[in-house]
Amino acid sequence: MTLRNLRLLAAFGSGAVFGLGLAMSGMMDPARVQGFLDILGAWDPTLVFVMAGAVSAAFAGVTLSKRMARPVLGTRFSVPTSRVIDRRLIVGSAIFGAGWGLAGFCPGPALAGLSLGLVPVAIFVAAMLAGMIVHDRVVAGRAA
Amino acid sequence: MSWYLQALAGGVLIGLSASTLLLLNGRIAGISGIAAQMFSGDAPSALSNVLFVLGLLAGPMIYLAATGSWPEVRIAASVPVLIIAGLLVGFGSRMGSGCTSGHGVIGIARLSRRSFAATATFMAAGIVTVALMRFGGVL
Repeated sequence: MTLRNLRLLAAFGSGAVFGLGLAMSGMMDPARVQGFLDILGAWDPTLVFVMAGAVSAAFAGVTLSKRMARPVLGTRFSVPTSRVIDRRLIVGSAIFGAGWGLAGFCPGPALAGLSLGLVPVAIFVAAMLAGMIVHDRVVAGRAA
Repeated sequence: MSWYLQALAGGVLIGLSASTLLLLNGRIAGISGIAAQMFSGDAPSALSNVLFVLGLLAGPMIYLAATGSWPEVRIAASVPVLIIAGLLVGFGSRMGSGCTSGHGVIGIARLSRRSFAATATFMAAGIVTVALMRFGGVL
């Protein structure tokens, strides 16, 4: 198997583990996500545990990656280097957070949720992809 | 398994997946970036992103095979709200260069100042939105 095919297999495998983790964690349930954001109501702390587990396991990977010259199947690590907290970052994150609260879906759980064949999930995903394309091609002027 | 342990274990799997993608392919598992780059002109990278997303869809099927039931998905939002929310999530995550995964998990694990700022911002915006919906009587 070529290195390129191994990379594709690694991408699929990582996606599957991510999706299984989302399914186990409760993140795919908009009612639970909105319950987590509802600090003035019946607050649901479940997602604190999801975050704690996810950040800890990712921290182990990040620490290990710093000791490696390059990834196992690639030539270099593609990680963001900017340290500037600018208006785009804050305004974009605020817009994202508002949408997240409105429906209780963020991109990962929404995409994974397509598996269940529910129409509302498909409607959300279609709108989300449209929002991404509008940003990338129209607003940011990045032609694909 | 208690609900909190299951949530913790699910979180660990998410973090392991992010670690695997970083250590093997050198890529950040930011779902909004991966989803948007499915449509990028760069074919090899686009294919890798499509495969990650297909894997993401396979995850709940593995859960179904292992437990005998789909994960719970309770949606309160109406169709117009879903459309507005989807547009905001898609547009905002691209403008802010990340979402709950890229900033909230990997960015925090990388101790990125930008990701701490982004995570605090989208959490606050989500909390305010849900509070407004609660007081508006729509939640």
